[in-house]
Amino acid sequence: MNCPDESTYGNKADIISTVEFNHTGELLATGDKGGRVVIFQREQESKNQVHRRGEYNVYSTFQSHEPEFDYLKSLEIEEKINKIRWLPQQNAAYFLLSTNDKTVKLWKVSERDKRPEGYNLKDEEGRLRDPATITTLRVPVLRPMDLMVEATPRRVFANAHTYHINSISVNSDYETYMSADDLRINLWNFEITNQSFNIVDIKPANMEELTEVITAAEFHPHHCNTFVYSSSKGTIRLCDMRASALCDRHTKFFEEPEDPSNRSFFSEIISSISDVKFSHSGRYIMTRDYLTVKVWDLNMENRPMETYQVHDYLRSKLCSLYENDCIFDKFECVWNGSDSVIMTGSYNNFFRMFDRNTKRDVTLEASRENSKPRAILKPRKVCVGGKRRKDEISVDSLDFSKKILHTAWHPSENIIAVAATNNLYIFQDKVN
Amino acid sequence: MSAEVPETASAEEQKEMEDKVTSPEKAEEAKLKARYPHLGQKPGGSDFLRKRLQKGQKYFDSGDYNMAKAKMKNKQLPTAAPDKTEVTGDHIPTPQDLPQRKPSLVASKLAG
Repeated sequence: MNCPDESTYGNKADIISTVEFNHTGELLATGDKGGRVVIFQREQESKNQVHRRGEYNVYSTFQSHEPEFDYLKSLEIEEKINKIRWLPQQNAAYFLLSTNDKTVKLWKVSERDKRPEGYNLKDEEGRLRDPATITTLRVPVLRPMDLMVEATPRRVFANAHTYHINSISVNSDYETYMSADDLRINLWNFEITNQSFNIVDIKPANMEELTEVITAAEFHPHHCNTFVYSSSKGTIRLCDMRASALCDRHTKFFEEPEDPSNRSFFSEIISSISDVKFSHSGRYIMTRDYLTVKVWDLNMENRPMETYQVHDYLRSKLCSLYENDCIFDKFECVWNGSDSVIMTGSYNNFFRMFDRNTKRDVTLEASRENSKPRAILKPRKVCVGGKRRKDEISVDSLDFSKKILHTAWHPSENIIAVAATNNLYIFQDKVN
Repeated sequence: MSAEVPETASAEEQKEMEDKVTSPEKAEEAKLKARYPHLGQKPGGSDFLRKRLQKGQKYFDSGDYNMAKAKMKNKQLPTAAPDKTEVTGDHIPTPQDLPQRKPSLVASKLAG
């Protein structure tokens, strides 16, 4: 079972590393390994094409981060965009946070559709005019021009993380946000770039005693004092910033009890939580570990409310998955707008959706061969053993280099974005 | 007395077989231990975590490099073994190992 280098599938820089809709769903941002951000905008539905749903077209693209080398620590700093988070829109411009391993940046994306014409000191091409030839004064006039979308970096939040940033989360107060690395979480004010408050620090005095790292963190969607962070040991801690300045002591601790007789070498590795997301309602959190997705009720710490098997057939492949490092893949998970369906990715370009109400689940595939535009996605099935039916795929034929780690769900409609290595798929609900 | 020994042996064997049947994870663990007998006693413990924290670390000392080059003359410089154990001190990085500043002006194919 080989896991070939991703670069065999085209330019490595094109590998998508994050996908995120903004709060209205009008914009969809992707970040990639090459440090670039591409923003798509949904077409306005025109009156004469009512039956045609708005499609997403490229709106803006810019280089967010560059590769760096920290000479003092001999550390290579990748330009890969780990996360993008949008700020809610407060004026005509759009704002988003993008981060690589070390630096968070606030980007402003704005439109320009007018330009001034008739300068006194410059001619139309921008060349300076000879002052001797200027005999009259004129007032420049704003004239319409072709729409231009500009992205400018408004803030750079640097030098606050010794370890690698895995998460950023905008607070519901819209004034602060947090950034989390393997051992620490910092709180920032959007206006201040030379200071940040450390709110969680789990670094032990002696690094030999290190037993767990922070894997993801997120603010509560409504309560600006509450946030959660997950660990590599499969636990989630909920913290209240009103309790103390340094939130090293959690308010709530979520952990599922483990049957000690089931413990194996792989237990801790596969229990490591790769993503944690609050539901839109703020009442639940969803966590993703290597083989399952779990939904937790904030009021019940001793076990999850629901557990969904993503690809349990991989349990008998753990040895190979450890050897080819796939066991360390970090899958994300997302809620739909009404918190009734959850979605996460798998291998072979498969992704899974679980309906929490009907308890039904489906496996779909994001691949060019199997989907033409406007075609309906066909459910897929992995065959575990014994007789394989015609349409099924056997576990041994799964392509482990085709992993869907990043997906996004439109905040209110049934539109999903799925990143399959270096390709982006956008699926919409069937229109009647 | 001689009759007891084969009984306990078969009970242990039976438990092992049961383990393999009821827990594919344990079977996989046995496979891994067979391939890498030196794998850390503390699985998923600090070794693994520390390696994770050190991601991206590359060392280059021009003094070491030039000394090694002079000593070795025509021979190849030692390179890090691609196995699961940590190698420190033996691997002398070459300039080729260090990251190149990549051209960043190429547009993403999604924007094309």
